[in-house]
Amino acid sequence: MTGALEARLGVRRGAFELDADLSLAPGTVLAVVGRNGAGKSTALAALAGVTGLTSGRVAVDGVTLDEPGRGFVPPERRPVGLVLQQPALFPHLSVLDNVAFGLRTAGIPRADAREQAREALADHGLGDFADRRPAQVSGGQAARIALVRALVRRPALLLLDEPLAAIDAELRPALRASIRGVLDSFPGSAIVVTHDAADAEALADEVVVLDAGRVLQRGPLAALQADPADPVVSLLLAGTAPSAGSGA
Amino acid sequence: MIAPAVVAGVLLAGPLVALLVRAPWDRLGALLAGPAVLPALGLSFGTALASTVLCIVLGVPLAAVLAGSDGWPRVVTRVARAVVATPLVLPPVVGGIALLLLLSRTGLLGRPLFAAFGITIPFTTAAVVVAQTFVGLPFLVLSVEGALRGVDARFAVAAATLGASPWATFVRVTLPLAAPGLAAGAVLSFARALGEFGATITFAGSLPGVTETLPVAAYIALTNDPGSAIAIAVVLVVVALAVLLALRERWLTGLRA
Repeated sequence: MTGALEARLGVRRGAFELDADLSLAPGTVLAVVGRNGAGKSTALAALAGVTGLTSGRVAVDGVTLDEPGRGFVPPERRPVGLVLQQPALFPHLSVLDNVAFGLRTAGIPRADAREQAREALADHGLGDFADRRPAQVSGGQAARIALVRALVRRPALLLLDEPLAAIDAELRPALRASIRGVLDSFPGSAIVVTHDAADAEALADEVVVLDAGRVLQRGPLAALQADPADPVVSLLLAGTAPSAGSGA
Repeated sequence: MIAPAVVAGVLLAGPLVALLVRAPWDRLGALLAGPAVLPALGLSFGTALASTVLCIVLGVPLAAVLAGSDGWPRVVTRVARAVVATPLVLPPVVGGIALLLLLSRTGLLGRPLFAAFGITIPFTTAAVVVAQTFVGLPFLVLSVEGALRGVDARFAVAAATLGASPWATFVRVTLPLAAPGLAAGAVLSFARALGEFGATITFAGSLPGVTETLPVAAYIALTNDPGSAIAIAVVLVVVALAVLLALRERWLTGLRA
């Protein structure tokens, strides 16, 4: 198990201020739920190194990644994988070269990187798509390919930003199960940002509810549903039927 | 409305029609292969190609800097963009004079260049390339800057979290996605370089085989060898039409990508 995360996130941006602790034990999955503008994306950006902290500290497995005044590790040197809401597969590269991209940047020669990428795609049942262009795969396939692209780098911390938001409602359960399978065998820790209580239930060990940049409540989903600390918590976590609370 | 529109149409198309009607088609091959045209033909395409390469090598980094300049003070960005666009509105002869003042043996940069290395640029083939690059650079820079700004920033974020340094992200992701804009800019700057006259004749002169490019040769031939002048004009028109076609194709593929 890896991915012990210390994440005391302080980010000030104009009038908005994020002040949240998202620390994690190794190997756990945390769902981050919140309304638009709650600071979910800012939190992921700060963990990935796309945004710098204004206060606090981010460290993975004891290595400081960001501590204002002490040090900052840029995104490309962090053991952190990020899968964006729109999968952002590089449109000018084949699916195979998309997955090989993060291996090439690690200095692995092209042929080896491609072989590893092909194996990784096959392992996830995506082998048939290796030679296609991103424009030639469905939204669900693109989401899974983006996940594989992040995983081949063996990150200690995996960040998923609304992995199901761009997917048609009727396809969500299958993709959710597929992501669940990936996370089950993933040795690191993960943070899943979602609007959907069903995602939190299926994917995460624990849920944290963010609102206006602060943590409203944190704990197992059932506990939060049984005893919400705030009306916003019950609103966001109401019902776990696939269609409820999807934020659509 | 109709009458002025027709006049405008005649004004635009008429000269080309006249040129194509009066062109000495039966002697065209012989004229182009003749001593008055052939050296200029080779020189023109060689220097235009060289200046296009120079435009890409110098212009892409400049475009990248401008595309990333949003955090700068607005005055600085405005001045920078005005400097880039200046050759577009400057009379080419003025550009040639300005280049002389910069690069002649007594020039601002030319004096130390000559003192240190014994290099003189004006009235050499290199001067032709410098003049063409000067007038062609804005097309390349503005086209590439626009294309770079059009690339979705999420791709750069994805590349960074996949271990790509800012440089690798630019070379492997952002620039390839801006390729249609780079191609269009390169074609435009090539066309501008090929047609360059004013700055070239001022800064590089008209030495046959050394600095006498097609437009310069055509201008000189017009008085005593109009056939050759018209033959050159036909070549330049054909290239211009080819550029139009190439850009159409590029823009369409750029929109489809």
